[in-house]
Amino acid sequence: MTASAHAAHLAQLNVATLRHPLDDPRVAPFVEMLDPVNAAADGAPGFVWRLVEDGEADATGLRPAGEDVIVNLSVWETQEALWDFAYRSGHLEVMRRRRDWFARHVEAHLVLWWVPAGHVPTVGEALERLADLRAHGPSPRAFTFASSYTAAQAAPDLQAVPPTL
Amino acid sequence: MEDINAIALLQDPVRRRLYEYVVAQGREVGRNEAAEAAGVARTLAAHHLDRLTEGGLLESGSRRLTGRSGPGAGRPAKVYTRARAERSVSLPARDYRTAAELLAEAAEQAGLDAGLCAAARRRGEALRGSATPCGDLDEAVAMLATRGYEPHLEGAGSGEGATTEPVVRMRNCPFHAVAERFPPLVCGMNLALLEGLLGTDGAVRARMDARPGECCVVVENSKNNDD
Repeated sequence: MTASAHAAHLAQLNVATLRHPLDDPRVAPFVEMLDPVNAAADGAPGFVWRLVEDGEADATGLRPAGEDVIVNLSVWETQEALWDFAYRSGHLEVMRRRRDWFARHVEAHLVLWWVPAGHVPTVGEALERLADLRAHGPSPRAFTFASSYTAAQAAPDLQAVPPTL
Repeated sequence: MEDINAIALLQDPVRRRLYEYVVAQGREVGRNEAAEAAGVARTLAAHHLDRLTEGGLLESGSRRLTGRSGPGAGRPAKVYTRARAERSVSLPARDYRTAAELLAEAAEQAGLDAGLCAAARRRGEALRGSATPCGDLDEAVAMLATRGYEPHLEGAGSGEGATTEPVVRMRNCPFHAVAERFPPLVCGMNLALLEGLLGTDGAVRARMDARPGECCVVVENSKNNDD
């Protein structure tokens, strides 16, 4: 099996450490943007899947990486689709104001990796990829926008993960 | 020295008019349309458009301009758009791009967004000088054009029930290469610069409204925004 653009999807995880609790008025502008920006993601070209808490509209209540750390985990058809959503949609406004709400991360806070189309990454798997990036730097297993790898370059790694859908 | 050859192609005034027309449309342009806009014969326009394509300033493709397909739809016509590649020449050789990228990388790592935006806003205000805040959208278009943003007015006087308020959108990001590498940092800087240039308490205001392939900012009438 070859890892063509159709056989592989791009998964992304980013973590953000809240400077104040989510119900703090200082974080209110961020909370207000959650629903519209998530709706924009769901309707964005190339969007495949994003993590949400059972019975909730988003994943801000899940805190797998720490009590004050919110996580964003999603899957996209291509890297371009994810880039356009992250930086060429209403999401850019959230990014622009990130310093108001989130502590600055010294270590990597975003990781990208390829998954077989149909595979839904688990939070554990995503955190492993982030740890991999932090420990070893960018590789086909775990990379960033600035140091990206194609699905073909990640092919050996892709086959090791069985599809779950 | 490929860049200098490409740029030299624009010295011919007809070629330059054709290039500027195609660029300003922000879509595929056919030969007839370009010829008419530049006020030259179709064959001459075709010659120059193909020279611009060979030189890497335009890209060409073919499309049925009638919008029809299948038998009887006619032959596909040759169409032109601006090439994505960026051209620059500096004599003597200078490399401000690398300097900008390194400074942006350092600012990103140090989390200097607020300081960068404050500097950008001050620069915008200084460029505006003693002029009052921008008076209306037409004035904004003229000002943005001189700064290379390639602005155009959208939604003006059209649309049923006039529900769409006019906004100024921009086809070009003057900071494109650095903005692509450090989007929140550099797009935030761009917004702050434009806020300074336009003024924040005038008739128009700048707002972030990013779309693929365009500048991240739109300019709109301030009174529309009491929501």
